[in-house]
Amino acid sequence: MTRILYFGKLRDAAGRASQDAAPPSDIATVGQLIAWIGADRPDLADALSQPSVRVAIDQEIAAGPDAPLAGAGEIAFMPPMSGG
Amino acid sequence: MIRVQSDPIDAGAMLDGFQSGRTDIGAVVCFTGLVRDASGGAHVSTLELDHYPGFTEKMIAGVEDEARKRFDLIDVLIVHRYGRMAPGETIVLCAAASAHRRDAFQAADFMMDALKTDAPFWKKESGADGERWIEPRDQDHADRARWRASR
Repeated sequence: MTRILYFGKLRDAAGRASQDAAPPSDIATVGQLIAWIGADRPDLADALSQPSVRVAIDQEIAAGPDAPLAGAGEIAFMPPMSGG
Repeated sequence: MIRVQSDPIDAGAMLDGFQSGRTDIGAVVCFTGLVRDASGGAHVSTLELDHYPGFTEKMIAGVEDEARKRFDLIDVLIVHRYGRMAPGETIVLCAAASAHRRDAFQAADFMMDALKTDAPFWKKESGADGERWIEPRDQDHADRARWRASR
């Protein structure tokens, strides 16, 4: 089971802060996960695919859409951060 | 020390705790960021900050680590709020302590620039005009980039 987290405006886009999902075993990368999540939600897939969105896999920043999921327990989708 | 909290920040008490009793520190620079009641011409009645528990602390620790590498620091204190806030409340307190003032000034400036674009918080402003998510401005990215150029 993979926990998927949505932050900021992506939480609004997803309509929830998190979901527990069981992607099929052939979903191996971040990009494939986005396509799988967004199979029936093209608007969400589009929002998650924006270049400004950073992805963290088990709380490590992923390099990009080709980053391997490698059995990750937690995937976070993060729009541009704004601290301070 | 890094703290991410939903409780209000008592800047005076935090700063006092940070520097009292220290005889090794010659300079403390403390920045506090407050919620404003206007943003881009729109009235703001509430600011809500979303964060990523665990990861937010980890990313802020990365900012502290980089500041300690760049400057000659004795201690660092970063306290950041999340949750709902009203205008006038403190969002962030960022203090740098060093033997001499220049490192403390520069470190506080650097850490705030880094927090603006690299700390996992997401801000939503609400007011009479509705609500909207806030993203870093071009100026924030430019402020962050000038430190990369000076590496």
